[in-house]
Amino acid sequence: MRKATLFAGLLAGFSTFAFNAAQAVEIEYWQYVYDTRVQAMDQLIAEFQKANPDITVKQVTFPYADYQTRVIAANLAGNAPDVMQLFYGWLDKFVAGGILQPLPTDAFPHDKIENDFFPIVTAMKRGDDYYGLPTAVRSLALFYNKKLFTEAGLDPNNPPQTLDEFVAAGQKIAKLDDAGNVTVAGSTMDMGGQDHQWWREVLIRQFGGEPYADGDTKVTYNSDAGLKALDFYTSLQLEKKIGKVGFMDEGQAAFRAGMAGMTIDGTFRLGSFKGIKDFEWGVTELPANAEGVRSNYASYFANGISAKTTGEELEASKKFLAYITSPAAMDIWLKTVGELPALRSAALTDANLKDPIYAPFLKGLEYSHTTLFKDEQGQRQNAMDMVNRVLLEGQSTKDSLAQAAEAEQEMIDAAQQ
Amino acid sequence: MAAIEQKGAAPSRPTGSPAGISGGLSMRTKRLLWVWGFLAVPILFYAIIRFYPTFQAFYLSLTNWDLVRPPKLVWFANYIKLFKDPQFWKVFRNTFTYLIIGTPISLLLAFVIAYFLDRVRFMHNFIRALYFLPFLTTAAAMAWVWRWFYQPPPIGIINSVLGMLGIPQQPFIGSTDQALYAIMVTAIWAGLGFQIIIFMAGLRAIPNTFYEAARIDGLGEWAILRKITLPLLKPTTVFLVVFSSIGFLRIFDQVYNMTTNDPGGPLGSTKPLVLMIYQTAFNSYAMGYAAAQTVVLFTILLIVSLLQLWILREKK
Repeated sequence: MRKATLFAGLLAGFSTFAFNAAQAVEIEYWQYVYDTRVQAMDQLIAEFQKANPDITVKQVTFPYADYQTRVIAANLAGNAPDVMQLFYGWLDKFVAGGILQPLPTDAFPHDKIENDFFPIVTAMKRGDDYYGLPTAVRSLALFYNKKLFTEAGLDPNNPPQTLDEFVAAGQKIAKLDDAGNVTVAGSTMDMGGQDHQWWREVLIRQFGGEPYADGDTKVTYNSDAGLKALDFYTSLQLEKKIGKVGFMDEGQAAFRAGMAGMTIDGTFRLGSFKGIKDFEWGVTELPANAEGVRSNYASYFANGISAKTTGEELEASKKFLAYITSPAAMDIWLKTVGELPALRSAALTDANLKDPIYAPFLKGLEYSHTTLFKDEQGQRQNAMDMVNRVLLEGQSTKDSLAQAAEAEQEMIDAAQQ
Repeated sequence: MAAIEQKGAAPSRPTGSPAGISGGLSMRTKRLLWVWGFLAVPILFYAIIRFYPTFQAFYLSLTNWDLVRPPKLVWFANYIKLFKDPQFWKVFRNTFTYLIIGTPISLLLAFVIAYFLDRVRFMHNFIRALYFLPFLTTAAAMAWVWRWFYQPPPIGIINSVLGMLGIPQQPFIGSTDQALYAIMVTAIWAGLGFQIIIFMAGLRAIPNTFYEAARIDGLGEWAILRKITLPLLKPTTVFLVVFSSIGFLRIFDQVYNMTTNDPGGPLGSTKPLVLMIYQTAFNSYAMGYAAAQTVVLFTILLIVSLLQLWILREKK
């Protein structure tokens, strides 16, 4: 009798096991650790599993500093995740390393991608294939401190709209002590923050130039426009004295502490600035030039499917990727993380366009550019050094610009070998 | 673990093979076998986790490995590139500035403090603990505290004090001239406690009878210091010179944490070799090139250490 029960139990056990094996697929999703992003993804996975009970998604996270190395090492070891998040600027490396597979066109037709997403998504295209799609995108805007605006006699509901107004407002807000030290900055100057993007994709274009040509493989900013843009930026500290590089250590720290009237930063800063209790702040579009030309820098983390994923896992991965790039997922992401939806229809809703905080970022997306970095950190460092040579060592802007252009070209060429 | 079991099992199995073989050997050989049997475990462990990766690094330095593609042998291309790279020479100069200025200053300071602290009886342990405290603190945490000390007005405490004294404010880590020395000061301060403790141990180890004899013979303090204390302290000094030099040649934590906005900056003026290796490997993923830099650092460390041991050797 007991033997029979045992046998029956075993049989039942085996049969459910066999049933599960046939039905349930587990796929792995990787991203880096950032509290709100992990929470949002947990929520998305729960929703996805409710709709697809036969698929289980396991989320694995790593610290940002290790993330790329982990993905590359896991891929070499044959333990790559099925679906992974990646910065758009890493795509060349990931494609060259055979980490990603082209998105299957049956699930992700090109015309649909190009119609529905913001144009910056083309940064995920290599040759004829797309390698990933974003859930959310980021753009830049001008944050301003309403309290400091009021104190300086400026209208806190009418932030600067042009570069001239920006400089004028900055000069009114900035305070210097007797020794010439900045005690309150009109605007932050932080090339290591977002200012290098502002200079590269916004200022150069506003002064009539182009930062790069040939798919961002040829440096073209060693031009009259590039020089004017660099002169403008360095003059903010040297002549107009509205800010100083290194003031309060970081631009965002100065703004947070209420010691800077304005700062240029991205959507990703919203979460941290929402904690500010001491003053009210607002957001407006990046200032236009005298002719009304605006520009912006947009970036994003995309989701791609591993080259090693096949069969059932591939089908499940396609479903999962389709879900996390759907309007419903983007809505959850916007509410949890604060990043803008990557689909036009989900982003440009009436509610979002009326939102005083999201609207300037969304408008920025319409005319934004996305630099196809070959060596993101190297190119950023190069721009920082260019400004530092002028500000700290007194090199002429002309020489520093020429040196930076040459060094960056070398960097791009080296990365393309 | 396996060795322990074997030992326990051996007597109960007299016909077993280990006992059978060693049965014909002399007591001395048996003992040697046992000793090496136990030593083999750590030696093997050490060889696998230490020497194998070291040789692997030598090999990688001859390849163009970038993590994603399989490494291809390029022989000395990485080294040639390195010697032509102006950034390498700047970093090389920085590293040696840390070493050549940092080591003597930190040792001199540590010796002077240890020498006088050795005579202080009042709150001796407390003062010693105060000096040792920075050595126990995480380098990253201290670097961040110093980073805030060094800030320009209105938040940097050092500049506030300078301002009150009517001295012009200094840019410290924001300038290409001062940044390296500003960081070096924090590294010296952090290592001081350890060096003081070692120096004091060295001072205590000198027999009191020497001093008594010298005083009876009427030697002054200065002569005692020169003729007795310093010569007898030589082994301690040699150890600390080597130890501190290696520390300065490998400086990283302080620099990286004090300059995270612009690592090794401004304009690379504080960047040491280790930070360059880190950036080459984990920002640019040029593993082969980074391995070549590591081999160069290893060679420098080896030469400097051997040179110091040779210069400060016992003359017989």
